[in-house]
Amino acid sequence: MAEMKKKPIPPMHGKRGMPMPKGSIKKGTLPRLLKLLMKYYKWQMILVLVCIFLNAVGSAMSSVFVKTLTDSIIKPGIENGLNAVMGELIGLIVTMACVYLVVILSSFLWNRAMATVTQGMLYHLRMDMFSRMQTLPIQYFDTHAHGEIMSTYTNDTDATRQLIGQSLPTILSSSLSIIVATVVMLWYSVWLALVVFVCTFAMTLVIKVIGGNSAKYMVAQQTSLAEEEGFVEEMIKGQKVVKVFTHEEQAKADFDKYNEKLLRDSERAHVYGNILGPILGNIGNFTYVILSIIGGIFLMTGAANVGLCSIVEGIGPLSIGAIIAFLGMSRNFTMMISQMSQQISMIAMGLAGASRVFTLMDQEPEVDEGYVTLVNAKKDENGELVETTERTGLWAWKHFHKAEGTTTYTQLKGDIVMDMVDFCYVPEKQVLTDVTLFAKPGQKIAFVGATGAGKTTITNLINRFYDIADGKIRYDGININKIKKADLRRSLGIVLQDTNLFTGTVMENIRYGRLDATDEECIEAAKLANADDFINRLPDGYDTLLTNNGANLSQGQRQLLSIARAAVADAPAMILDEATSSIDTHTEALVNDGMDKLMHGRTVFVIAHRLSTVRNSDAIMVLDHGRIIERGTHEQLLAQKGVYYQLYTGAFELE
Amino acid sequence: MIKTLLKSVRQYKIPSLITPIFMAIEAFCECLIPFFMAEMINEDVLSRSDAMQTILLYGGILLGLAICSLTSGVLAGRFAAKASCGFASNLRHDLFYRVQKFSFGNVDKFSTSSLVTRLTTDVTNVQQSYQMCLRIAIRVPLQFIFAIIMSFIKNPSLAWIFVAIVPVMFVAIFGIMRYVMPFFRRIFKKYDALNNSVQENVGGIRVVKSFVRESYETEKFDKAASEVRDDFTKAEKIMALSNPFMTLMINVAAMLISYLGTTIIINNGFSNGGVLPEGAFAAADLSALITYGIQILSCCMMFSMVFVMITMSLESARRITEVLNEESDIVSPENGVQEVKDGSIRFENVNFKYSKKAQKYALSDIDLDIKSGETVGILGGTGSSKTTLIQLIPRLYDTTEGTVYVGGVNVKDYDLDTLRKEVSVVLQKNVLFSGTIKENLRWGDENATDEDIERVCKLAQADEFIRSFPDGYDTHIEQGGTNVSGGQKQRLCIARALLRKPKVLILDDSTSAVDTKTDALIRQAFKEEIPDTTKIIIAQRVTSVEHADKIILLDGGKILACGNHDELMATCPTYREIYEEQTRKSSQEGGNVSWRK
Repeated sequence: MAEMKKKPIPPMHGKRGMPMPKGSIKKGTLPRLLKLLMKYYKWQMILVLVCIFLNAVGSAMSSVFVKTLTDSIIKPGIENGLNAVMGELIGLIVTMACVYLVVILSSFLWNRAMATVTQGMLYHLRMDMFSRMQTLPIQYFDTHAHGEIMSTYTNDTDATRQLIGQSLPTILSSSLSIIVATVVMLWYSVWLALVVFVCTFAMTLVIKVIGGNSAKYMVAQQTSLAEEEGFVEEMIKGQKVVKVFTHEEQAKADFDKYNEKLLRDSERAHVYGNILGPILGNIGNFTYVILSIIGGIFLMTGAANVGLCSIVEGIGPLSIGAIIAFLGMSRNFTMMISQMSQQISMIAMGLAGASRVFTLMDQEPEVDEGYVTLVNAKKDENGELVETTERTGLWAWKHFHKAEGTTTYTQLKGDIVMDMVDFCYVPEKQVLTDVTLFAKPGQKIAFVGATGAGKTTITNLINRFYDIADGKIRYDGININKIKKADLRRSLGIVLQDTNLFTGTVMENIRYGRLDATDEECIEAAKLANADDFINRLPDGYDTLLTNNGANLSQGQRQLLSIARAAVADAPAMILDEATSSIDTHTEALVNDGMDKLMHGRTVFVIAHRLSTVRNSDAIMVLDHGRIIERGTHEQLLAQKGVYYQLYTGAFELE
Repeated sequence: MIKTLLKSVRQYKIPSLITPIFMAIEAFCECLIPFFMAEMINEDVLSRSDAMQTILLYGGILLGLAICSLTSGVLAGRFAAKASCGFASNLRHDLFYRVQKFSFGNVDKFSTSSLVTRLTTDVTNVQQSYQMCLRIAIRVPLQFIFAIIMSFIKNPSLAWIFVAIVPVMFVAIFGIMRYVMPFFRRIFKKYDALNNSVQENVGGIRVVKSFVRESYETEKFDKAASEVRDDFTKAEKIMALSNPFMTLMINVAAMLISYLGTTIIINNGFSNGGVLPEGAFAAADLSALITYGIQILSCCMMFSMVFVMITMSLESARRITEVLNEESDIVSPENGVQEVKDGSIRFENVNFKYSKKAQKYALSDIDLDIKSGETVGILGGTGSSKTTLIQLIPRLYDTTEGTVYVGGVNVKDYDLDTLRKEVSVVLQKNVLFSGTIKENLRWGDENATDEDIERVCKLAQADEFIRSFPDGYDTHIEQGGTNVSGGQKQRLCIARALLRKPKVLILDDSTSAVDTKTDALIRQAFKEEIPDTTKIIIAQRVTSVEHADKIILLDGGKILACGNHDELMATCPTYREIYEEQTRKSSQEGGNVSWRK
């Protein structure tokens, strides 16, 4: 993997904290999101829409009640007494109760439905991302910073949640309320409504300037935060080095620089964010005052009012009740505008997050055109291979020939041939050239060479983490391109230099190699890897819970576990990529003992830094710049007095 | 806990105090505004002939109030931003500075990612709560009180409706919160587990694919994701009650007021002969009263929201104070010794365990005497405490029992910086930082000249490969040193330690990735160029320490044997076995390594 580390890694983004509006919003993100919502939650979405609509209409109607109360009950009531209007009053109160009931019920229903929709949608997004991610080629993981992938699951999903659960409903209900309020305002008076529109224009200008600045510095703040996070992470990871070099003061000084920049940006972002509310609110207040004055003028002069109501009632002077109702509506209107403005940055962040979620979901999965599968087999009375369901220890490649319509079984032996293989990760740089090698069943083949010589690359090709550019690789005589990837990989046990353990017990981690392995088989494998000893010394033995990639174990112990894991998988062929690099020579010798047992009868590919590890191989390949420059047994190579000899005697540098 | 946090407010005390004041002014204006609005637009006023004057008068007052509210609102916003961002900045500063004080023991206690989270997410949470407190915690109660008073002024008999509803509201909301909070706590844990499973999957994707565990992993993830979804949905569904409930309360209040208010107005007006008496409760007052009602109830709502936010950020606050209160267990003594005389080292009856609770000692009965300028090799299997032993010398840990002397002085008596400057360790798990090679090397000595740097690089056999890079000494090193090979990294780390010109140089398995020949060249250079420096070398290869003045063989935290190569060959069977095992030429027996004790 060292080869890949040299490739430029895309810049890391913050893994935690608030969602970051990095990158742009892809076109069509919103429609796609809405489409998905409709796909999974059609009825809930319709329910939400209806409820939000009812809610907006109901809320708007509430303000009409006061006008009705004033005009048609209180006025006549004062003249004729309470009893005369009691019936109407009760009627109105009952109507109010009904409308309010609808408002409350609809609010209750859509809040509940949105809980289901939001969380359900997130579940679907996560599952779609994760299951797609499982199918992606290794190349994807090699070319994307893991922090960045993580951030899609955390920050971006979070931003999407805000978008679906909060911003969308708010925008929907605010815009509905705005539409209703606009209609009602126009109903009462077009002139006054025009005044409101002019003021709204002023509000949008404010939103554009202040909101824009707020968003701008929000982004700056996130960038600064990510930068500081990067610095802190690096320093804390190297904290022991900092201590050893008494570098604390310098670290503090550097930190202060990052911290000051973050302070500057976050202060600006917050200032703009904080003042937007009061400014918009008070523009609303000014609007109210202006409207009152103009309303007063209408009232004084008795000037002709034009409103949609004029269609019914005819053009006439503005009534007092109408002014009161209109003013209530205008307040509602400006409040909604300011509510919407608060969603702008959230929507931008949410859409940017959803874009990245979709980008991950749209990655091209690994192509697998293989059709040869791996099956358990046994020999029937004629000595022919036949397929069986139980585990026999005998494996066969099930090869279906389309042309003849027949199926043949080839015994899995572990005969691996590479024929004139060329390969490159990026077109400009050839990594392997004309690599040819034969591994007979049961042989141990070792690769030796400097960092970047292409050792790991070869193993990457055998299990098809990457596909070759030219040449052929055959497994028991079958071109590996014809073998289903899953089956190919199942036939290869692999132990890597960077061990990865999963959260779970030691036993579960070993069982990862073969899910149906019994406890006894797992313990047997651990013994083989010489791990049994230290496992028994752990607080809970095999039931000890490992977290954080086995943080409480030493690197050597982790490698022993990963060897045990591969041992339990019991694959017919194995790849050991620097599998014992962190194990001291003393323990390694013990492990090798077990490994020899494990490797008995299996084809094994070994990459090792220590020449002592590869000494007993059936063939050793010395790689240099992607070519095999020497090959042979240890003795043959020593006799050749070539590069291997120099390496072995220490006359040549391996780096 | 809160007290510890508030210590970090420091220079932002003034903005922190000013914010609530402006907030209060704003709240005051905002309460008055609807009051005057009602006074201005009022049936009574509008039906009078001098209505325009009244409108202009009240309009003027309203404009004044709006301007006042705007100014104080903007100022409060500014100061709140200054106070909260400044506070957060101070918190980050204090955290980072505290971490710099940590000893190795403290560092071991916290994982990197947890420290980073504390410095970022946790601080952000606390910052938000702090701003919330400054802006809302003062404003909401004020608004609440104003609104209550105003509604009593409007109509005392109707205002009682609110007083009756508020407790119901509070009980309901707090009931919901109390019920939901444990849910959320559980969700956060599950959420962490979910993210953790993604992280493991991404990190171990090669393992996943090799063992063809994609569907197994997806199932595992499905289970975790479903759990998060189910719990979250449940919690949010309960939360979904709070909004409609508030609306219900407001509406009940509105209906009661509409009904009762109307009867009052009508009765008043009717008994007065069809005209409302001057200054009596009028129709416009009704809507004002309803507005106050909404305000009172939304105050309750806001209050409970602030409460929830603060409760949630308490966990973050706890995590921050945990770091702030973490006392470094190794502190430099006052008036510590400022000079290390020579590179002699002595261990006297040293016992050591990593924590008081640990049952097993990592080191026991260590007695050692190393003369200045000696080369000492340390050998031992995995877990034999080689690293532990050498970490006691620059006082990275303190001994549990016994004493370590450097230059004849107890390490606890030295000024820490002095001691660590003279005892330079090349750690096993070493780190390069992002920056050029030169910048990295200057960690050893800030004022080193280019010649100094070149000299130590030659010593560490690094000069040659550095020169082979296109940018030479200015080559940029990626974070973690990922763009140089393991052996190159180790040599750079050695050069960095050499630049300190220490009296004691400790190499903790620092040449494991360097080939034998270069390894030998480095040792040769040490011998010739820095003869007076005490050199302690931990190694896996016997050849690395074969020529040392003293070889210490550790086993299970105890010194198994100590002496030079010849002595050990003669007296120590284990050493002899290791030596023979490692140097045996393959030609003798087909190279199969089979080695038993």
